Amino acid sequence: MATKVHMEALSPTMEEGQVVKWLKAEGDEIANGDVLAEIETDKATMELVARGEGILQKVLLDEGGTAAVGALIAVIAEDGEDISDLVSEGDDATGEGSGEEDEAAAKEGEEEESKEEEAEAAPERDKAPAPEEGEEGDGRVKASPLARRLAADQGIELRSIEGSGPGGRVVKRDVEKAMEEGVPDAPRTTAPDSEEDYVDVSLSQMRKTIAKRLVESLGPVPHFFLTVDVDMSRAVEARKRVNALLEKEGKKISFNDIVLKATAMALRKHPECNAHWREDHVRRFNRVHLAVAVAIDDGLITPVVRDADRKGMAEISAEVRELAGRAREKKLKPEEYSGGTFSVSNLGMFGIEDFTAVINPPEAGILAVGALEERPVARDGEVIIEPRMKITMSCDHRVIDGAQGARFLQSLTGILEEPLAALI
Amino acid sequence: MATITYREALNQALSEEMRRDESVFLMGEEVAEYDGAYKVSKGLLDEFGDRRVVDTPISELGFAGLGVGAAMVGLRPVIEFMTFNFAFLALDQILNSAAKMYYMSGGQIPVPMVFRGPTGAALQLSSQHSHACDTYYAHAPGLKLVRPATPADAKGLLKASIRDADPVIFMEGEMLYNLKGEVPDPDDGDFVIPLGVADLKHEGGDVSIITHGSTVHLALQAAKKLEKDGIHADVLDLRSLRPLDVDAILESVKKTNRAVYLEEGWPYVGIGAQIVATIQEEAFDHLDAPVLRVCQADVPMPYAKNLEQLAKPSVDRVIEACNRVLYRS
Repeated sequence: MATKVHMEALSPTMEEGQVVKWLKAEGDEIANGDVLAEIETDKATMELVARGEGILQKVLLDEGGTAAVGALIAVIAEDGEDISDLVSEGDDATGEGSGEEDEAAAKEGEEEESKEEEAEAAPERDKAPAPEEGEEGDGRVKASPLARRLAADQGIELRSIEGSGPGGRVVKRDVEKAMEEGVPDAPRTTAPDSEEDYVDVSLSQMRKTIAKRLVESLGPVPHFFLTVDVDMSRAVEARKRVNALLEKEGKKISFNDIVLKATAMALRKHPECNAHWREDHVRRFNRVHLAVAVAIDDGLITPVVRDADRKGMAEISAEVRELAGRAREKKLKPEEYSGGTFSVSNLGMFGIEDFTAVINPPEAGILAVGALEERPVARDGEVIIEPRMKITMSCDHRVIDGAQGARFLQSLTGILEEPLAALI
Repeated sequence: MATITYREALNQALSEEMRRDESVFLMGEEVAEYDGAYKVSKGLLDEFGDRRVVDTPISELGFAGLGVGAAMVGLRPVIEFMTFNFAFLALDQILNSAAKMYYMSGGQIPVPMVFRGPTGAALQLSSQHSHACDTYYAHAPGLKLVRPATPADAKGLLKASIRDADPVIFMEGEMLYNLKGEVPDPDDGDFVIPLGVADLKHEGGDVSIITHGSTVHLALQAAKKLEKDGIHADVLDLRSLRPLDVDAILESVKKTNRAVYLEEGWPYVGIGAQIVATIQEEAFDHLDAPVLRVCQADVPMPYAKNLEQLAKPSVDRVIEACNRVLYRS
């Protein structure tokens, strides 16, 4: 039975793909999982693998050719099998009307995927603490309909309320108590491994109104900008000393690495800025995955440094270098440039003193880092010269309010101005 | 205002309507010479004569059908059943003729009549004579169903039922006939209570006890006891089950966020099931607890006094249900 080879969606945003190179030729024997071709997507060059076995009977798209996702681009079949019907379908760019074999293969793929997910999820589940009262084994919080509505109106996480009803059901009086006593904005975590990766914060009426009105005022993402001018004297000093230590290993860190580390640490303290806007709620992340803007020949890509807050500067430095290198070669995998919780863009190396960056939705914030340069500043009635750096934060006002952004920048400035703070 | 009994209130309603409208007549077993099995029709034979106050043989299906025919040709019969336990024999005339004639004649033949009599358990009348019959009639489109709990409601609602253009099932309570209550004086004008308007008999913000008919009094006793415990209950008397005052139910539930339905009948497919469905459909987001029901136990009514008491809804069971929806143990 023949297997149809379709242009697959190899990146989350891919609509069409270009065949860079066929790694198998017509007549080659194909095993399930063999790499058939290199496909350039909108983001990177990816491998297209076989989902069946037999002989590569027909290639329908030449190298350099482009096809929409789903289009039939080759056929794998038994030796001597009649594939003329299938080949004529190749004109159908949508690639619909798949054969049984094909469906079976796709199903198999899905099953494998879900098995993998299960395998990944299982240890997490084992680690999860025993369900608390009011929370069923499946993570669902038991609450009366009224309690749910009240909590949603007030923007209170049901999960954060202890239920006093039967079986720990959260009822009206529990929500009222929580409203009186106040509940923490978001759980502060120090051990992300043992907790969920994020917290979904339902939208209060006020938050919904802010979101609606601000979008009306300025584009789909209502930006506002906050700039700080940072004294980098101690950071310069710290970098010298760190690099002296790293010299033996042949490594060194850049100012950008220091900014990334400091940003990650500050985000950890301010989960309200480490968040996504998800239309009907805000998702606050307990882990910090920094997307770092990297300029490439024909555009820009943002590889992600995962758990940047828990990595040392040398580790961040090495990772950014490695990711940026492969980004320029368009060799990044989708998972390496997606899943960021916050972005950093640096144009300091071009001598840009300060600028504003455009938010990468659904993220809620991005830092635009300017050049580190000596500038005169007034201090204690005198003008002195010191190394300064301007950082401008773009905030999505639906998620981050002015004071929240400002507090985050205060923390960031604090770390950059006294890198020892990183040790505290 | 005058304080009179429930039976006197019904008698006033009948005589006032018979005086007002010559097409109104009363028919049933022992309604004339004997003044009615429960003395509701006392004095009516003397005032209106035997053409308008008519004794019948023991033949429920017959005189119910006779009434339907009279209504079809323009009279306004009031058919008395000695109790609704006996009216099962007349169900065919009520459900197939009275309830459907207006519909099946394309609106040409209205059936303006009242079937009235007591329903529910009295004391030790055993399984066959203790039915709360509401649910059988509430089930059928084409009928209206009225359940007055007090003398004033009995008078005002019976007058409205007699004047209504549709067949009305008017259910009284055997244990209510001696109940006394204030009723507006006849000299103060025509006292009519429109059908489909519930009455908040006791006001409180903590829990809604919703009920109809004789159990209104049980609910009021429970509310009084709860009051001592610091719990303030709404007691909402629906007064009629068709049409149903959904707005009043929702208003109370939205205020208290919890409800208990109390009724004389069985729980299975009872009136309460309909009310609970309405509440969860219309006020889901306002509920802080599941809606509970207090009903007769799901058994034929026992004859033995102790078992009968256990089978009937009680004040204690109402209080227990209220505590449960209030999450008080």
